[in-house]
Amino acid sequence: MKGSRGDRLSSADRDPAGATPLLELRGLTVSVGHLPVVAGLNLKIARGEAVGIVGESGSGKSVTWLAVLGLLPGSLAVEGEALLEAENIIGASEQRLSQVRGGRVGLIFQDPISSLNPVQRVGAQVIEALRLHRGLRGYAARTEARRLFELVGIPDAERRLDRYPHELSGGQNQRVMIAMALAGEPELLVADEPTTALDVTIQAQILALIERLRREMNMSLVLISHDLSVVAEVCDRIVVMYAGQIMETGSTRSLFASPSHPYTKGLLGAAPVLAQKPQRLASIRGHVPEPWNMPPGCPFEPRCPYAMPACSAARPLLSNLAPDHQSACIRAGELPALARHGPT
Amino acid sequence: MLLFATKRVARAILTVLIVVGCAFAALRLSSDPALVVLGPDAPPSAVAAFRAAWGLDQPLWQQFFYYIAGLLRGEFGRSLLNGADVLPLVGSRVLVTLEIMIPALAIGILVGVSAGAYAALRHNTPKDRLVMMGAVAGFTVPHFVLGLVLVLIFAVHLGWLPSGGNDSWRSAILPVVTLSTGWAAVLARFTRSSVVEVLGQPYIRTASAKGLLWRAVIIRHALPNAAIPVVTTIGFMVGGLLAGAVVTESVFSWPGLGQLIVTSVAARDVAVVQCVLLLVATAMVLSNMTVDFLYTLLDPRLRGGRH
Ligand SMILES: Nc1ncnc2c1ncn2[C@@H]1O[C@H](COP(=O)(O)OP(=O)(O)OP(=O)(O)O)[C@@H](O)[C@H]1O
Ligand SMILES: [Mg+2]
Repeated sequence: MKGSRGDRLSSADRDPAGATPLLELRGLTVSVGHLPVVAGLNLKIARGEAVGIVGESGSGKSVTWLAVLGLLPGSLAVEGEALLEAENIIGASEQRLSQVRGGRVGLIFQDPISSLNPVQRVGAQVIEALRLHRGLRGYAARTEARRLFELVGIPDAERRLDRYPHELSGGQNQRVMIAMALAGEPELLVADEPTTALDVTIQAQILALIERLRREMNMSLVLISHDLSVVAEVCDRIVVMYAGQIMETGSTRSLFASPSHPYTKGLLGAAPVLAQKPQRLASIRGHVPEPWNMPPGCPFEPRCPYAMPACSAARPLLSNLAPDHQSACIRAGELPALARHGPT
Repeated sequence: MLLFATKRVARAILTVLIVVGCAFAALRLSSDPALVVLGPDAPPSAVAAFRAAWGLDQPLWQQFFYYIAGLLRGEFGRSLLNGADVLPLVGSRVLVTLEIMIPALAIGILVGVSAGAYAALRHNTPKDRLVMMGAVAGFTVPHFVLGLVLVLIFAVHLGWLPSGGNDSWRSAILPVVTLSTGWAAVLARFTRSSVVEVLGQPYIRTASAKGLLWRAVIIRHALPNAAIPVVTTIGFMVGGLLAGAVVTESVFSWPGLGQLIVTSVAARDVAVVQCVLLLVATAMVLSNMTVDFLYTLLDPRLRGGRH
């Protein structure tokens, strides 16, 4: 899998710098009442690029992508822009969004069994997507559904088409979900924790499948996960989210080589506070602040081992450390030195 | 599968037998049908002759045995009052009852399910609350109160509709409204909660995410799932339909099965009562079986043995 990194760079190279990204989020804000759960997110996804989104539970990873596709309940207000090749789809009509959903943008969710309709055969659920986005019907649709099942590695595809979700394993259901997301030949695949609900051995298989399909179909990929190591396997670039904001973003290589936000360090298990416990996420003390309890400055300040008074003064903005590396920590530059000497 | 079906039918027959057996014993033990029919002043010789003629002097188990044997020959017994075969009598009353039950059921289902789905799709809005307030009201007011209020307004006060009897189709309106109100109210609440629950399921989000319009999400994904518990409720309502006739028919003096059972119990016309109960019990058991069947039809998770 590591060997594929070269491929990815070359596919990114095909888009010359400055070309319109496939998707660009500008100031995307999602709020419950007046409280933002996603606060002014800016993000570009290039064609063929694989971007990993990581962060603890409640940091706004899912809400961001549901907001982009207009899938949030009305109780959550969405502002800002999501430009799909320069066309803003935030607030677009239902007709327009329905073409994008499952068409240009495919979605895969966390819990495959409950994400499939329990009273409909899995084949029919894939065929429905084929009918919507490719106008396929009858025999042609079934043939294509079988091809997709084979593509995602479902054995005995012809018979499995007529199964119900409860008759398949979790891993197979996730493959069905993937086949369904591929049915519209998407340019961007958003996979929201596609492996969290699965057995460890199956997780690796599904991840490898997503990675292979992405390359074969030259899709862009947004892979959401709790786990930095999972996204590092597959993604060119990583976005670290916390409390609805981007804390750090950079190429996978530079983010791992020089993590430049204490939160990222925490996720990586490199921060001094983690000494007692080897697990990554559970070992950052404290929890993600609730939207109604947001600190005035840096949202990570209450949990940060390197916090200083200036951190609670104002919300830090993302600043460039390198062309492909940004951090929202005001002490980003000092971090390597601080890490050597321990927290102040 | 065959074994399962056989067991099912055997259990159904046993249920009906138990119901009929209990009624059989209760009717004969609670008071002496001969005395009730002939009157307390009848000479003892006449009472004895009556008992002998109807077999009431035999031991209870023997009477029951003859009764069941008769049933197997298709004889449902004769009225103690006039010796007429009870089956045509009960049968004609069933039809009269169905005249109000079928429209009431149809209206109840139609109004209840649509109101419930409407409220669910407008979950937590004033419209939802309005519908649900109506449903709670319809559900809480007992049938006889609603019936009497309707009679007071539309028959006594406004004089638009007859207060009882079944002389024309217009007499059916008030009983049908009374019956369907209760059913619609129950179904509205049930449908609403079922649809609301289904709409919160992840597969609904999946259906939207694949590009279906909301309408199609509702029709193709939400309703088939939400229908499962609703259909069960309807099945049980149908099963209890004949039993529910008693109150409404009394209020509107609708000469159906409900009235027949009230008068027959009072007169200790045991053969008639038994025949009605046999019918009611059979209807309940059959509707339960239908519900089970529909359940497996609607919900593939309940179908066994595919692998
Ligand atoms: N329907 C909703 N109504 C109100 N608040 C919501 C709703 N959905 C999400 N939120 C809030 O938005 C915030 C972000 O949630 P989100 O689901 O995006 O987190 P996440 O990063 O995907 O976490 P997880 O890893 O658990 O999936 C949370 O604080 C959550 O409570
Ligand atoms: Mg999530």
